[in-house]
Formats: sequence, structure tokens, C-alpha cells
Amino acid sequence: MNSPTNWTQITPAADIPMREGRSVKMGSLNIALFNLGDRFLAVENRCPHGHGPLADGIVGGHGLATTVTCPLHNWRICLDSGEVVKPQAQSSPCVRTYPAKVENGIVMIDMSKKLSTEQAA
Amino acid sequence: MKERLVVIGNGMAGVACVEQILKHTQEFDITIFGDETHTNYNRIMLSSVLAGEKEYDDIVLNGIDWYQKHRINTKLGVRIADIDSAVRTVTDADGNVTAYDKLIFATGSSAFIPPMAGVDKSGVFVFRTYDDTRQLLELSGPGIKAVVIGGGLLGLEAARGLQVQGCDVTVVHLADTLMERQLDSIGGGYLRSKMEAMGIRVLCGRSTQALLGGTHVEKVLFKDGEEIDANLVVIAAGIRPNSALGKQAGVTVNRGIVVNDQMETSDPNIFAVGECTEHNGQLFGLVAPLFEQGKVLAATITGNRGPVFAGASPASKLKIMGVEVFSAGNFDCSRPGVEAIRYEDSSLGIYKKLVLKDGRLEGVILVGDASDDHRYMDWLRTNKDLSGQRRHLLAPPPAEDKGQDVASIPEGDTICGCLGVTKGDIIHAIHADGVCTMAQLKDKTRASTGCGSCTSLCKSLLRAVAPEFEEDKAKVLCDCVPFPQDKIREMIQSQRLKSVQDVLDIYGNGRGCEICKPAISYLVDVVWCGDHEEDRSARFINDRVHANIQKDGTFSVVPRMRGGVTTPAELRKIAEVAEKYNVPLVKVTGSQRLDLLGVKKEDLPKMWEDLGMPSGQAYAKGLRMVKTCVGDEFCRFGTQSALSTGIELERRLENLYTPHKTKLAVVGCPRNCAEATVKDIGLIGQDGSWQVVVGGAAGKGVRKADLLITVETTELALESAELFFQYYRENGHYLERSYDFVERLGMEKVRRETVYAVDEARQGLLDRLRKSKERSSDAWLERYNPRATQFVQIEPMETPVNEFAN
Repeated sequence: MNSPTNWTQITPAADIPMREGRSVKMGSLNIALFNLGDRFLAVENRCPHGHGPLADGIVGGHGLATTVTCPLHNWRICLDSGEVVKPQAQSSPCVRTYPAKVENGIVMIDMSKKLSTEQAA
Repeated sequence: MKERLVVIGNGMAGVACVEQILKHTQEFDITIFGDETHTNYNRIMLSSVLAGEKEYDDIVLNGIDWYQKHRINTKLGVRIADIDSAVRTVTDADGNVTAYDKLIFATGSSAFIPPMAGVDKSGVFVFRTYDDTRQLLELSGPGIKAVVIGGGLLGLEAARGLQVQGCDVTVVHLADTLMERQLDSIGGGYLRSKMEAMGIRVLCGRSTQALLGGTHVEKVLFKDGEEIDANLVVIAAGIRPNSALGKQAGVTVNRGIVVNDQMETSDPNIFAVGECTEHNGQLFGLVAPLFEQGKVLAATITGNRGPVFAGASPASKLKIMGVEVFSAGNFDCSRPGVEAIRYEDSSLGIYKKLVLKDGRLEGVILVGDASDDHRYMDWLRTNKDLSGQRRHLLAPPPAEDKGQDVASIPEGDTICGCLGVTKGDIIHAIHADGVCTMAQLKDKTRASTGCGSCTSLCKSLLRAVAPEFEEDKAKVLCDCVPFPQDKIREMIQSQRLKSVQDVLDIYGNGRGCEICKPAISYLVDVVWCGDHEEDRSARFINDRVHANIQKDGTFSVVPRMRGGVTTPAELRKIAEVAEKYNVPLVKVTGSQRLDLLGVKKEDLPKMWEDLGMPSGQAYAKGLRMVKTCVGDEFCRFGTQSALSTGIELERRLENLYTPHKTKLAVVGCPRNCAEATVKDIGLIGQDGSWQVVVGGAAGKGVRKADLLITVETTELALESAELFFQYYRENGHYLERSYDFVERLGMEKVRRETVYAVDEARQGLLDRLRKSKERSSDAWLERYNPRATQFVQIEPMETPVNEFAN
């Protein structure tokens, strides 16, 4: 990635229970942050289908994909890639993903990704 | 006159060979002898039967109708005792003599029993036949300490099966690592951790000296003097070809009955196929080469001598759900000129190793992720030159696009290695025979009826090519936990599993999905009467925040108004709350409740506090409401007290989960103003008695409820409703409405096991209901003790350096 990273402290890791998601308001952006136990993942909190809150979905996994299922109509989104896994709808836009990590018990998100994604698009 | 063909052995290899012979024009009078009393079944799938994933009917390959259709003289449960190859006759154990012109040995193999004392004790088994499996199923269960001697493929599958049945299982293995004939020591180590993570104890490097006990086995004694308890012992220490009859017949026998490339023995009228054979010094224990042998033998014996059997490179796949292990070819890399390519991820438990020689694949080991086994098998089979793609040998396949994946497979490629079915064969079956289900495909082509590892590939092909592909009716909960719900309920009980994650870790893929997690959440709750470890992450959002999510992500709030009865004070409060929180819509529901719609998640706890009423659970797969009519308190036609009875019924059942939503009604006379006859449970008052009806519906379909019982007192009516309610909780499948439930079980059975059950059974249902009830509470009280950030939107601790525009 060419653009510099922009790690932003979000919240204590303990605020997000295991295998659950929580929504975080970042300015005008709404981000869904998930605790997978061994790592945290962050995606845009908006299902590409009916705009449902992904942070309220059930976390699961099949094969290599870790997914969240939107609570409105059961669309499955891969939390690593942001791709729609179910139903197979390639034409629908992906969900934006953000790098996330935990440092000193604080979850951090790299907000530079947004810029790079936009440049790439 | 047709030639007489006698086949000794009614197993997979023998019958598959006969199937091939029937494809040729030459006709025989065929007699098959089998010492088992069953028709041909899929022996490889016995471990799935033991693990409860399949029933006997699922693994039958040739039913008796197949034998009749082909006019095969079938002798089941008959063992051949003697062969006279000079006069060409076989004699069975009862002395009956059958003459042959051609004879096929398909006698298979037997379990090898290592020399040790005590193997004749009761409770000691091998695991070879359906009868063995049935006995193991009968004896296994919670509290049984099972010891499996042998940590190879069969031993591990047996261990897992016994564990699923509830046993406490230990695997004892002579070598230092598991499956050492298929895996190197690193791969064996990964496999061991996976088995141990599932709760199976593994003891390697142990040599068993004796089985101790009286008439029944009690302990296993090792050579080092250590003893472990055992009520059940399964010996899975390898197999030996059944070649004794070959010796009697005078054909050449080494370890197995020796056959040449045409599957002929040293006697021109005698042939052999399957695990009893020895070819170029090699023995066989896997299904694919045996089917190949059958094809060659069929050609030879029908006068089409030509095809040759060229031996086989061994490939094996462990059939334990959630433990992927695949091994093929020669993985010994200490040989000169041989190089190994490895990939390891210890936290994911994935280990892959390819062994190359001169740029070609010689062997492969996959542990933890065997999804690419098909690709590697093809490279092995075709001896493909891989020098050009060295960088991508272990890389995962491009994108997960099943359609494209199957499209890229060449027509001539083998899909089912066991039965030698190519992609072209399958496509032909789809186009020419209109095949569109897996069952039809198995029937037409035999694909996936061997080891079954190509099933998903076959399905992908069907999905891609057959326009009207239908999934075979799923009997299992979901792919993550591939067991029927009744089985999962049993496993939760027998293994004392108290959390969703335990069930997923031990019986599933460890991760689950939105289908299985809520279902298992329900099952652990109902099995332990609420005394389970509640895992909110496995619940749907409605059950995490106790409100019903709406299309815009807001929630609806329905306070409980038992029996649909409210007060001016409550109504005033509801009105005030609706105004205070700017509730966009207030609606009277069909359940005689008030619904406040469009509430923000963060407002929920404050609203509940202001309302001061309990949750109406209008979001739950649980008791929704008891709808009532006015009854004899006010109504001039009323014959029973519908209001007080309905309120009491709601109090007794509220806050409990059920397989699906459950809606009740109580009416005071047969005019049925609260529509009790189309509710999951309805109480219908009449002069001097109550009718209790169940399984009614007025939703997608309309179904009039069935009469459960007519009783004289209100208390008996309430109790009958409770009995059915708990019975449905304990026996319904998750997401099965009561109207499907009663149709599945039949009302006779429902009545017999609820209101007409023996006292102890009725009392048991009521006790478990009371216990669950005691542990339940009004969900909205969670406002005083919420879980971490349950209702709040997290505010970031800092804002990013570059403030972004949207």
C-alpha cells in the first residue's frame, strides 16, 4: 500500500464481546467492528443489499472465509475481503474493509484505507 | 446353456465386478455367496453410520430388487467351506454343493488381531461389518469408556463414531504418530491435536499386552505395565486378506490370492478381485483400485481379455467431519532426487506437503484443509510436469467460484476416482438421462457411491450443468454441524455440552453460521432447562437486544399485556413514552398488544425503564402471547373465564423459548372470538368443560387445530396446554411450527406422549417446564445489567488525523 497508514484508536477491546460486532461512528462514517477472538476485523456497517447494519449480524465461517450475515435478509459478507458470499451476486458492490489491530488492549483501525480505495476506484 | 459363474463374496468389490460383467454381452448363470446376511452395502460408510450421520438404508448399494432383476442366485448368510477345483464345485458350511464353470474370489479381508491375551472377552470388537457397527451402536453411550486399539484411518473413524455416541474414548497406537502409513510425523502431530481438541484421548507409542477383566473386558494393559479402564474395546490394527479358500482351491497364494494383470489366478477357471488379492506383491485396502480391478476382471472373464490392471497409487481420505486429512502417493522424501514443498499454519491447524521428483508429483499430504485434493490426485494420476508452475503448487485456487471451477475441468478428467466416472460421463447423464439430483446421479453413473469424497464436486457439476438441479432433501441441520437435529440434541445431552461453541468445536467446523448458531442456542437452552452457558453471539440480534429489528435497522418495542388486558395507567405510560422518544408509529397488533415502532437501539433500555412493563417477547422464537376474548366475566354468552385463564396461561409460559414462535388463545365459548382454533395452542371453553386444541395456523397457510383433549376443570386445561408446550419444546425441530410438528409426529403419538402418557412421563414434562421457568426472567431487566456496549454506539477514542469527507 502506497498511502501512509493512519491508525486511529477506537475503543478498549473489552467493549466488544467475542464473536460479536459493534458499530462505531467515525465522523459521517459508520463502521462495524468484530471481535473474532484471535483478531479484530472492521468493515463498513452497511449491507450492499438493503443497507442493513452488519454489526448486528451473526459471525460465522465457511472454508477460508470468515463471514457476517446481515440481520435483515441473510446476505453473507466476507469480513476479510468485503465480498458478498451469499447469495452469489457478483454485480453488487463490495463492502469496504479497514485494517484493524489491537495494541495495549485498544482496538485500532487504519483509516487511510478509505483514501487508497477511492484512489484505486 | 449359459456358463455358471460363482462369486464368493457379496461385498463392494465382488458386486461391483458383477455389475461390470452385466454390461458385457456374454451371459452367465450367476450365484453370489455372502457370509453376511445383508445385500451389498457401502462398507466405507460404516464409520458414518457409527457417527450417526447416516442410517443403514443410506449406505445400501444394491437392494434385493437389484439381485432379482438380474436373476442372480443370491445366497446370503452362507459361508463357503470347501472348494474342489478339479471337479469345479464349491461346498457351503451346510454341505450343499454348487458347480461352477468360472469362479471369482471376492472374499475381502478380515481384521488383524494382534497377539494378546483377553481378545475373546465380551465387549471386544472389530469394526468391519454392519453387524459389528450395530453391536457397537447398541453398547456405546454416555458413561462407557471405549478404547480403540489402532490409530490408523479405521481406528480414528471408529473412535470418533464412539465419541459421538457418548463414549469417553481413548485411541491407543503402537507407532509414535497417528496414521503413520499415510502421514509424516508433522502431519500426524497436527492430526493428533485435532483429535484431542475434539475430546478424544490419544496414546501413541503404546503396545498392548492384554485385555483384562472377567468375562467382560474391564481394563487394557500395556507392555510398560500401565493400565487404563475400558468397558468397550475396538481392535482396528489393520487387515489381512481372506485367502484361505484360495489355498484350498490350490491357486497360488502369498499374503493374498495372487492375480496377474488380467485378474486371473494360477487356475484358468478361477479369478479374484478386491482386498483378497495380491498383485505384483501389493495388497489393497482402498476402494478405487478395487473397482478398477472389477472392470478388468469383467473384460477378462467375458472373453474380452485386453484391459490390464496396472496397480494403484494409494490415496486415502479420513472421513471425520471437521478433520480433513488426505494422503496419496509416496511421501517419503529421504530418497535421492526427491524434494518436499511444505506449508504450515499451526494456529489454523493446516499442514500441506507435496513431494516432487523430476518436477512431477509423487506424493501429497493434506491436513486441516483437503479442499484441493482433486487437483493433486489429477497431477498424480496424469504424472503432470509441474516445473512451469512451481510457484503456485500450494497456493489456494483462484476465486471461490464453483461454477467456473468445474467448467475448467477437462471432459475426460475423472471426477469419481473410486468408480472411474469422468466429467463427460456425468454431463452425458445430465443431458441424455435428465439427471438432476444427486440420488439420480448415483443411480445412473454410480459416481460418489465409493468413498464419497467427490460428492461436493458432483454437486457443483449438477448445479452448473443441470438446469433443474435439486438439492437432495437436507436431513442435517447445516453444513457447519452436519447432523440431524435429533442427533445434536442427543449429543448435547450425552456429552454434557452447555454452550453453542462447545457443540461447534466438537461436532462441527468450529465456526457455525446464522442457520446453525440460533438452532444450537435453542437446543442447549431447552436440553438443560435454561441451565446452559448463554452465548449471545450465537443469537439473532432480536434476542441480543430484546426487540425486533426493522428494515431501517431500528427496533420495535412491544410491552407485555397478558391476555391483551391493559389499564388506563399503562396506556398513559405507553403514550408518554411514545411521545418522549418520538416513536414514529404506534400500532395495535394482531396479538392484542401495542407496538411502538422505529426505536433506536440506544433508546431501548431507557424506554423499558420508563414503561416499567415486562417484555412482550414479540421478537422471540418463543411464547408470543395468549390472546383472549372477554369470557364469562362480561360477555353474556361466555361459559368459561377466558380472561383469567388466558392471563394465568401466559404467566405460566412467558419468557420461554420454543422451536418457532408460539401463539396461544383462550376463548370462553365456541363462538371463538379470539380465534383459538387457528393458534398453536388454543383453549376453547364450553359449558362445563374445556377443549384443548393444538397445531392450528393462520399464516402462510391456514390449518384448523387438532383436538388434544377435552377436560372438565380449568386447571386440567392449563396443565394439558403446558404438557403440549413442553413436549413441543423438547421434540420440535428448531424453526418447525407446531402445525408442522403435529403433522410430522401424528396426533395419536402426541396425545399418547403428553396428556395420555404415564404419570411419570407427564410429571417429567411438567418438572422440566417448571425448572426452565424458574431460570427464565423478563429480558428487559437486562437494562440494569447490560452486557458490554450492548445498546450503545461506540464513540471512537480519537478522530483520524486526516478528517475525511464523505
